[in-house]
Amino acid sequence: MIINARINVRFKSGVLDPQGTAIKGALKHLGFDGVEDVRVGKLIEIKLDAASKEDAEGQIKDMCEKLLANPVIEDYSFELS
Amino acid sequence: MKCAVIMFPGSNCDVDCYHACRDVLGQPTEYVFHKEKFSSVDFDLIVLPGGFSYGDYLRAGAIARFSPAMESVIKAAEAGKLILGICNGFQILLEAKLLPGAMKRNRDLKFHCHDVFLRVENNNTPFTGLYKKGEIIKVPIAHGEGNYFADRDTMEKLKARGGVVFTYCDRDGNVTEEANPNGSVENIAGIVSEQGNVLGMMPHPERCAEDILGNTDGRRVFESILQYVEGSVAHGR
Amino acid sequence: MAGRDDARKLGLADYEYDEIVKTLGREPNYLELGMYSVMWSEHCSYKNSKPVLKRFPTSGPRVLQGPGENAGIVDIGDNLAVVMKVESHNHPSAVEPYQGAATGVGGIIRDIFTMGARPVALLDSLRFGSLDDPRVKYLFSGVVSGIADYGNCMGIPTVGGEVYFDDSYRDNPLVNAMCVGIIQHDRIVKGRAAGVGNSVMLVGSTTGRDGMHGASFASEELSEDSVAKRPSVQVGDPFMEKLLLEACLELLQNKWVVGIQDLGAAGLTSSSCETAARAGSGIELDVALVPRREENMTPYEVMISESQERMLVIVEKGHEQDVKKIFEKWDLNAVKIGTVTDDGMLRVLENGTVVAEVPARSLADGAPSVKRESRKPDYMETLDVDLSSIKIPADLNDVLIKLLSSPNIASKAWVYQQYDHTVRTDTVVPPGSDAAVLRIKGTKKGIALTTDCNGYYCYLDPYEGGKQAVAEAARNLVVAGARPLAITDCLNFGNPEKPGVYYQFEKCVDGMAEAARYLNTPVISGNVSFYNETRENAIYPTPVVGMVGLLEDVEKRCTMAFKKEGDVVVLLGENTDELGGSVYLREVMGVKGGRPPRLNLDVEKRVQDCCLKAIELGLVHSAHDVSEGGLAVALAESCIAGNTGFSGEIETELRHDAVLFGEGQSRIIMSLPEENLSLIQKIAGESNVNISVLGFVKQGNFKIEVKHKGVNIGKIDIPVEEIAGIWGNAIRWKVEN
Repeated sequence: MIINARINVRFKSGVLDPQGTAIKGALKHLGFDGVEDVRVGKLIEIKLDAASKEDAEGQIKDMCEKLLANPVIEDYSFELS
Repeated sequence: MKCAVIMFPGSNCDVDCYHACRDVLGQPTEYVFHKEKFSSVDFDLIVLPGGFSYGDYLRAGAIARFSPAMESVIKAAEAGKLILGICNGFQILLEAKLLPGAMKRNRDLKFHCHDVFLRVENNNTPFTGLYKKGEIIKVPIAHGEGNYFADRDTMEKLKARGGVVFTYCDRDGNVTEEANPNGSVENIAGIVSEQGNVLGMMPHPERCAEDILGNTDGRRVFESILQYVEGSVAHGR
Repeated sequence: MAGRDDARKLGLADYEYDEIVKTLGREPNYLELGMYSVMWSEHCSYKNSKPVLKRFPTSGPRVLQGPGENAGIVDIGDNLAVVMKVESHNHPSAVEPYQGAATGVGGIIRDIFTMGARPVALLDSLRFGSLDDPRVKYLFSGVVSGIADYGNCMGIPTVGGEVYFDDSYRDNPLVNAMCVGIIQHDRIVKGRAAGVGNSVMLVGSTTGRDGMHGASFASEELSEDSVAKRPSVQVGDPFMEKLLLEACLELLQNKWVVGIQDLGAAGLTSSSCETAARAGSGIELDVALVPRREENMTPYEVMISESQERMLVIVEKGHEQDVKKIFEKWDLNAVKIGTVTDDGMLRVLENGTVVAEVPARSLADGAPSVKRESRKPDYMETLDVDLSSIKIPADLNDVLIKLLSSPNIASKAWVYQQYDHTVRTDTVVPPGSDAAVLRIKGTKKGIALTTDCNGYYCYLDPYEGGKQAVAEAARNLVVAGARPLAITDCLNFGNPEKPGVYYQFEKCVDGMAEAARYLNTPVISGNVSFYNETRENAIYPTPVVGMVGLLEDVEKRCTMAFKKEGDVVVLLGENTDELGGSVYLREVMGVKGGRPPRLNLDVEKRVQDCCLKAIELGLVHSAHDVSEGGLAVALAESCIAGNTGFSGEIETELRHDAVLFGEGQSRIIMSLPEENLSLIQKIAGESNVNISVLGFVKQGNFKIEVKHKGVNIGKIDIPVEEIAGIWGNAIRWKVEN
């Protein structure tokens, strides 16, 4: 079965995010005074041929831990459809 | 001393490192293509050069670490061979977990190409034996992702074992916020592995190793390595 | 079949459509018409400029390849040659600064390695509006990061260039990228599709719909809907290009490679018809064989797509597998898409069925030349300024500070520190001096590189401005210790259909041609960019001169920095009372107009020769060209670069603001040990060059007194740290605030 996975990778809380900091500054500059925090992440879309949803889940988790996210600084989450 | 320079797709300081090892240092040097494997006994020094391996897509160094040549690099590291990662090479060493921590984009999100001052924090390594501890040297940087990060525990362990080799400082050797070009934790510019045989550094010693370049402060990284390797041979280690 | 209405929609004139019908002997179909429309656009055909460009000197004993190929080549001895070219990417950068600039860099790099050369340096000549405008800041930052990200990833040092700011470029910034390569004579490859039956292969990236009609887009004025045209800007992939570079250089080691051509503007259409036209052959290709990144692309889309990082390679029949093997090593596509024929036609097939068939030469070179009307623009009649009405400011420190903080004079470090300029470890004079110098490993030689153009001078007097651009480029190389060899030019102008713009174009070319002849620097490659205007405002005429020079002994290179306390500082050439066109008059005094400084080529040549001789004999410690901001700024820059002070005295009968801040031409300042002074004076005397002592390198302040008959009439006295801080940070403060 074909499974579409949407994977979100972002910095762990507590790790300073240089892009997020810059965007926050720019938003404030544009008058969005309510902005308290900005975090920038990556969205990775994968189309996967897997035996089952559980199989896909296992594979995606593996991909995240091996390559897609760096556990030293990044967290990940994903949804399958 | 037999040197290898690994060529990843997107490496671009490979020729500079090759030039430093072969022409400046006068040692036999070979390129190793990323699709090739090699044996730990083939080389005494393995250089992971700067550049943008795999375009630095995903994360700098993240994809390069899975190449066949890196399997051999990891084995060589385990066998105690000297591994020098410069710039992108440092990023690959972090991704490969041969060194602790991770790299983020520079604090100001800009690429920085200019000279920086470094303080030699540890000269008791195969890579820095010819420097004095606390010596201030000038070395160019050229990177967009040199913002070194490690969590508190890792930092404590790293510092406790003398793992920090170079820090960014000002002309007079003060390790200050202003002297930090990229936002690295505690101004870290270069670190060494626990066994002492793997060094990663963001600045480029190969770009300041000849008189004609107006600065030879980086040359002693290569000369220290040579002295160490020849010493090891002489002592039968 | 496609008729006149379709032709008009594609930007072709009726007489051009008639010419196509005449050539084909029938009406073209839509695909054929589309191919003609891109090839006959100004960007690809130079139909507006060709007759004028013939006025340039293009040959010389060192010229190995003049205009007409992907890049020009000039001999530097030892079986080595320099390959160079500059190209504009103005329109794409105006709508999408990051990608526009990045792909401009990518394109010019391909032009160099297409000739078989290893690219060794990049330079960028940039023009923007005033940095007070937030949109200009966005364009400026975007262009700089685009250039940085592409060039840095390629591992080619960006060693020089220029940046100017003026309102005339507000909506139409100029992004001109220059690339320089080194090649052995016997390795030169050309873009030719010769040898009937040989294979035509497409290598590198896949083809998508990006950059459709980019060439036509570059041949129109920018308008409000240009932003809506964003999709026609291509996206660059420097990683792919780095692989393509390595694979192509490996490929070109082989004698069975017949020709190679980059897919730039007008993509597959231009590369196929141009390679065929150069060789007098034909090409038959099947679009169904082209690897795609999008589904359902029509032959039309495949033929004119400007997807980046692709090359057309022509190889001897039977070597297709060898090509594939090399490209597989670098994980790249290499696919045979056609063959070379002998009938002179570009025949496009789709799954074996002919969908277009036109004479290759007609597509590539057949655009009817247009003789445009040329008329001196009205504004030129009202430029005179009465200098006697301009009062000389009492506070000259203040004038100097204003000049040094002008973004047109201030340090460009904010820009070039984002570019990797030290990779390849050949940069022996980095950006920031008059010219960059690179060593050539394995030889004693070096090359010096610069780009120059003062668009404001060209606006005030196109002929003098053109002349001056060439002379200043040569002077910048000479002060680095190099002998000027050759020019690549990027001619940026407004709409050539306007007689005033065409006048500017013709006169600039005439001035450049005269100087190029006089200074023995033939024009070996280049690019014309017209239609640089928005609404009613054209940019200043901006004919950018890229120049290369040779140092036989790179150890003799020279920089602008004062090096040693006690050195005597001399001026070669003469001060004048000219103020027209100066940054001082315009930005400090707020007076626009005047005539730009005159340039006497005979004097210029003698000054340059004298300076070069002094450098080659090892008599001087520094040399620096006097340009924008005049003598005071030139001296200040030498102090800042050397982190030292200066103390001097100038006796004059002229207006002292003109002496200090005027931009009189053919002047060079040099510093030298006092014991060399008499020898230099002798050399200058023999060359009939005026030489005068200005003062001494001295720790402490930057200090000049101007005297008339011994009486002090003006004074600058200011700590060097103060001017260094202002000059060094002016652009950063403007951009980041």
